[in-house]
Amino acid sequence: MSGGTRIIEVRQNILKKNDLLARDLRQRFHDAGVYVVSMVSSPGAGKTQLLEQTLTKLRPEHSVAALVGDLATENDAARLARSGAPVKQITTGTLCHLEASMVESALNGWNLAELDFLFVENVGNLVCPSSYDLGEDLRLVLHSVTEGEDKPLKYPTIFNSADVAVITKMDLAAAVEFDEAAAVRNIQAVRPGMKIIEVSAKSGAGVDALIEFLRSSKEAGKAMVASE
Amino acid sequence: MHELSIAMSIVEMVEEESARRGGLQVAAVHLRIGQLAGVVKEALVSSYEMACADTPLEGSQLVVEEVPVVMYCPSCDARQPVLASEWFNCPECGASVTEIVQGKELEVVSLEVDE
Repeated sequence: MSGGTRIIEVRQNILKKNDLLARDLRQRFHDAGVYVVSMVSSPGAGKTQLLEQTLTKLRPEHSVAALVGDLATENDAARLARSGAPVKQITTGTLCHLEASMVESALNGWNLAELDFLFVENVGNLVCPSSYDLGEDLRLVLHSVTEGEDKPLKYPTIFNSADVAVITKMDLAAAVEFDEAAAVRNIQAVRPGMKIIEVSAKSGAGVDALIEFLRSSKEAGKAMVASE
Repeated sequence: MHELSIAMSIVEMVEEESARRGGLQVAAVHLRIGQLAGVVKEALVSSYEMACADTPLEGSQLVVEEVPVVMYCPSCDARQPVLASEWFNCPECGASVTEIVQGKELEVVSLEVDE
């Protein structure tokens, strides 16, 4: 019994705990009838401004809330609170992404059954959030025109993990000579068939189309659950 | 840089496995990491060293097998390996492909233990 080595088969997903917790969260969200939308992007792509607009526009008819992740400061939560919706900041310290367990603890004290939509704004980062399922129904990846056109090719994993690409800051497209056709081609190259929505949170252009899409996705999600 | 979180998850998982089996002398942990898993091997290996410090796993090796991306191409009715430069296009027929059959792995495969 000495000097030898042996191999023990394990075969376990490293993120199994996160995946299991995300699955539980997804079930909890479905049971409560709340549609959960997460947002990922690089820092400064306009997640918070778009979310503020989205919350404000959904609020008259829907009960909405948001969780927002940042390494530090509660600035984003303060900005989003201007929409009148309940908002909680998740400060991650040094962690560069949100995990399902952080979403779960942030939900403490909220009655999910009272909500129609819950938004989760991830930490600004195009790499790390892609590996972590948060139990969301829909993941939006934001790409601002000021970032150029090749972000999808440089960060294929995050684009591939998302359901919809939202091109933001369209009001600046001409000023930065944004090549829209190239951006669309690059998105489709890493995620064939991906839906793309173009918005300007500043002028409001395209925000209604995004909201209509979110509403119909929520309805489609409900229909899918009902037929299960 | 979420490699440190991943490394800590690995240490936690291996410690649980070891406890379940009555305590193991782990010499190496073998992983499979897909090209689309969003994890950088070198960063993970150095994070693992940090995550192991002051645990029973200190000094153990992380052995990483990188798994290339393989797609299923419906036109060819075949699995096709794809290169980073031509992701999501079939290298045989050029058709756009969406079904990833391999390349998102992020798993502990086995433990090498001293007896």
